[in-house]
Amino acid sequence: MARYLLLRLADAIPTILLVLTLVFIAMRILPGDPALAALGDNALPEQIAEFRERMGLNVPLWQQYLNFMGGVFTLDLGSSLLKNTPVITLIAQNLPYTIELTLVAMAMGIVAGIPLGVIAATNRNKLPDNGVRVFSLIGYAIPDFYLGALLLITFSLNLGWFPINGAGEGFVDRLYHVFLPALTLAFVKAAFLGRLTRTSLLEVFGKDYIRTARAKGARENRVIYRHGLRNALLPITTGLGLSLLSTLSGSVAIELVFNRPGIGRLLISAIAERDYAVIQGGVLVFAMFVVLINLLMDLVYVVVDPRVKVQ
Amino acid sequence: MTTISEGISALPPAPGPFDTVRRILFRSPTVIAATVMIAIFVVVAALAPWLAPYDPLAQSMLKINKLPSWENWLGTDQFGRDVLSRMIYGARNSLLFGFISPVLAAIFGTLLGVVAGYFGGYTDRIISRVVDLLLAFPELLLAILIAAVLGGGFWNIIAVITVAFIPGFARVARAQTLSVKQEPYVEAAIAVGVRTPIIILRHIVPNIMAPIVALMTLWVASAIRLEASLSFLGIGTQAPNPSWGNIIRDGLNSLFGSPWPIIGAGAAITIVVLAFNLVGDAVRDALDPSTAR
Amino acid sequence: MTAMGIATAERIVPNEGGENVLAVRNLKTAFRTPNGWVEIVKGISFDIAAQETLAVVGESGSGKSVTALSIMRLLDPEMSRVEGSVKLSGRELLKLNRAEMRDVRGRQMGMIFQEAMTSLNPLATIGAQIAEVLTIHGLMSNNEAMKEAERLLDRVRMPAAKSRLNDFPHSLSGGMRQRVMIAMALACKPKLLIADEPTTALDVTIQAQILQLIKQLQQEEGMGVLFITHDMGVVAEIADRTVVMLQGEAVEADSTDAIFARARHPYTKALIAAVPRLGTASGNGQPQHFPTLDRESGQIISGKLRPDTIRHAAEPVLRVKNLVKRFDLPGGFFSGPRGRVHAVENVSFELRPGETLSLVGESGCGKSTTGRTLMRLVEPQSGEIAIDGTDILALDKERMRDMRRHIQMIFQDPYASLNPRITVGEAIAEPYLTHKLGTRAQARQKAMDLLGQVGLSPEMANRYPQQFSGGQRQRICIARALSLEPKIIVADESVSALDVSIKAQVVNLMLDLQEKFGLAYLFISHDMAVVERISHQVAVMYLGEIVEIGPVKAVFGDPQHPYTKRLMAAVPIPDPARRLEVRPISNDEIRSPIRAADYEQPKREYRTVSEGHVVQVWGSDWTV
Repeated sequence: MARYLLLRLADAIPTILLVLTLVFIAMRILPGDPALAALGDNALPEQIAEFRERMGLNVPLWQQYLNFMGGVFTLDLGSSLLKNTPVITLIAQNLPYTIELTLVAMAMGIVAGIPLGVIAATNRNKLPDNGVRVFSLIGYAIPDFYLGALLLITFSLNLGWFPINGAGEGFVDRLYHVFLPALTLAFVKAAFLGRLTRTSLLEVFGKDYIRTARAKGARENRVIYRHGLRNALLPITTGLGLSLLSTLSGSVAIELVFNRPGIGRLLISAIAERDYAVIQGGVLVFAMFVVLINLLMDLVYVVVDPRVKVQ
Repeated sequence: MTTISEGISALPPAPGPFDTVRRILFRSPTVIAATVMIAIFVVVAALAPWLAPYDPLAQSMLKINKLPSWENWLGTDQFGRDVLSRMIYGARNSLLFGFISPVLAAIFGTLLGVVAGYFGGYTDRIISRVVDLLLAFPELLLAILIAAVLGGGFWNIIAVITVAFIPGFARVARAQTLSVKQEPYVEAAIAVGVRTPIIILRHIVPNIMAPIVALMTLWVASAIRLEASLSFLGIGTQAPNPSWGNIIRDGLNSLFGSPWPIIGAGAAITIVVLAFNLVGDAVRDALDPSTAR
Repeated sequence: MTAMGIATAERIVPNEGGENVLAVRNLKTAFRTPNGWVEIVKGISFDIAAQETLAVVGESGSGKSVTALSIMRLLDPEMSRVEGSVKLSGRELLKLNRAEMRDVRGRQMGMIFQEAMTSLNPLATIGAQIAEVLTIHGLMSNNEAMKEAERLLDRVRMPAAKSRLNDFPHSLSGGMRQRVMIAMALACKPKLLIADEPTTALDVTIQAQILQLIKQLQQEEGMGVLFITHDMGVVAEIADRTVVMLQGEAVEADSTDAIFARARHPYTKALIAAVPRLGTASGNGQPQHFPTLDRESGQIISGKLRPDTIRHAAEPVLRVKNLVKRFDLPGGFFSGPRGRVHAVENVSFELRPGETLSLVGESGCGKSTTGRTLMRLVEPQSGEIAIDGTDILALDKERMRDMRRHIQMIFQDPYASLNPRITVGEAIAEPYLTHKLGTRAQARQKAMDLLGQVGLSPEMANRYPQQFSGGQRQRICIARALSLEPKIIVADESVSALDVSIKAQVVNLMLDLQEKFGLAYLFISHDMAVVERISHQVAVMYLGEIVEIGPVKAVFGDPQHPYTKRLMAAVPIPDPARRLEVRPISNDEIRSPIRAADYEQPKREYRTVSEGHVVQVWGSDWTV
């Protein structure tokens, strides 16, 4: 198991290098001169020269690449032009809020979604199933930022039950601030997980070993939970990984709607301000999250499914 | 010669494409309703210049952030522009993205997937590695990251959404090609000496199209939603051009003005995406029962 | 005895104990479809006494499995309707409520299924799954149940039972999984075991082991067995009495001896005719037609004797020498291959015009790979394949394309062998057009002629494959293979997926075509009944090698190699007298052709037994 872990980590290294390289290439193919993009068309030549100097754009491309890779591994991602702060500091300030929002939303989504799926699957084509179906159709269709805006207008603006911006301080206050944004994301998650749980369970219910369990004389509850849900957990686990990542990407818009600090808002405002180093930093953080969460899912899979070979 | 004791099965002749479309779109009241919604949406988008009561870009200092009235059914925004007119033109915008990107992505993705699946070897390894990597990213995140680098604008957004969708098509096309390639009828064609391009065009592509088309219909909805999200984030359709996403963005920027731009544009996105999702599900159930959920 | 076509209600063989374990009367099962209720089982009646085995035999769609599921009440109550009477030890099952029925299932009736792999929960250990039956019924605590599970695994002759308790189903072979299923079904010592095609998915030697095991356990436990199968050979091996089902009705029911000795219903006769009688083939020593059932007269017609189709004087049309194909199993990122599948090892044979050579063996023996190598669908490592004297392995792509005219293939799965988007006419014409043998109009004419040749009507050319049944599709595949007028046809398990009666018709067609066109067949099959009918020569393959080759009569009648003997002993034969014997059946698993990467194939020697009958000299690993 430990050996597998190491091997799997070793296997992730080329992926991480590939992602870093793609980010590097992407940042260099930015149409036009990054200096002009950052400073505007009316920039003075000496401003441009100074900018290029500061961003390390005056050296050959291969050296830029080495500098970039070296920077990533020493956590030196350059500094923001406008805020005059190291990018890594900005990331460190904002990252906790994004993680907080994502995790709270995931927890709420799981707690609501999986039971909904079980209820729907065990009452197939009856009232609860149809209810869950309508809920998941809406959850699949409604954009999260729109739902967030509606909740914000209703509960914060009009009813005044929740704050309209910020992330709060101290445990209770932070939970209070994160509630509505997390609820927004959780709604969409619950729809996704509910539907996934329902279809996975129904698929498992059609399997021969469910018939075997009934042939043994097992009670319906045992058939549903011991044999059904346990096997349905495999696709659900994959779904949770996807869901975690899509919650993370959803957090970008939600941070904007609720005016919360976070990596998403950092990235979006950097794009608006053409803050080159911060854009690169933000893109990197998200890309690394993707690689790490996928790695995590692979490892979880080994634990959940005995058929995945540990070599 | 022995006589055949099996009768010809009573199956009707294979249905034509028209029958298939009819069967899909009229299979249940829900799908019919969704089809009607989409039809309305298409008509509105097509006739936008004739239907919109005002110029969507015309600003007016006299009526800023007005609530709905007989004059402006959905009120006005912070520049005094008529929200209803902006939404009607926004429909046009959504429709373009919704149709162009999935089609482009399907073409490129299928090409990549078929090549990787049929030829295997290093071609497959390289394509699969990149596709797997990109697939690890949720489409929205991938689109945000690419848009962060490319910037907004019509063709950039088309490119962003297309690139975000290509890996999905490539994966399905590759998997399908791999399985169809194993089918005895393909082996029979190889055994007979049929040339590779003809095998691909005649025996492989027609048999992998069902899931591709199903995916394409499903992703019309995703494309519409994706464009709205990007425009909402300010990296999609650029102001002052109207898009449902940036109508909501503008609405949020003047939170204490009228909520109607947000409510209206959001409802439009939700309804259209819902309608396309329902039709997409119906298409998938009909064409590709193996992946039906 | 009641008349044919009506279910026999009375017992045919009186059982000494007097008591019936199971009594089924007028069982009718219907399924809900969009077009209303459809009756699948149309009134079946039978009894099973303790220690007795009753076989229900029939082809796909006959309703035999539905009968079993109806008795267990495992059908979805919302989609099905079961009527009649099912009494287990005198207690009416169809009237029990759900909780009462649960107590009966697993406790008083155990069931095993065809697919042991999918019937076991992939995420639970086999020990836990067996123990579960005991704890569900409150017979034991968890710990005791685990101990009992170990004892049960021992009883089903699972080697090293204790160490297997914590294994997951995927790490067991097919035969071992079926043993686990049996252990599970027998855990509570039920009065009745229902076995639904339990050996159909297994290789023939493993099938023999499982049948033997069921027989032994039945004697030890004294339970009744309801055995569902499509194979009359298996029926003869195991059943005391037999019910023959056709389209939901029992067309004949009698003691197994009586059924085999004097079947009345023509359908039963046709089923029996399809069973192999190894080494006892009569006639003129040539391949023979299967007797077929004429639906109009209800008579069984045996084909006339066939002439010798082999052109003995001619040069062999196909000559294979020292063919080797190995597949590497990819290892880790940094290491070389983990091992190799030795799929085909040093295989040599010849095929003359008009001759049929069968490659027989069990799964993994390399018979299919050999066939695919001949088509160059896979490229061999080394060896020689000469068609009409030309070594095809030396040909470039273009010249190989031309050579393909001479050798064609028919595949196993008739449903996957035809492109669903192309009409059968186009499919048959494609090879003709590919090789530019004529115009489109000529190709069309040719396709229509060929449809006639294979017993279909030429007007069917415009239909799509979906509109044909399995047997018809296989005829279409034969027509497609014939369109290039090849000299050799490789038939890879071509009739294995077909029901017995359809199988017989397709085999007869192939024999007729051989006679007409002088075709040479390489017939790849695991089905001894068909091989015996169709072959001149037979080659037995084991772990990639031919261990014995020769005229079918010599190899089947006087097998030399220990593996051939084991294979022959395992084939169920239609002699009900044998069912009482407990034969010495090896409990070995089929070995795997996967070897370490540095494995060296040993040098083999061959010994001639009689003219044309050659056997590999075996080593000490075979105990005879």
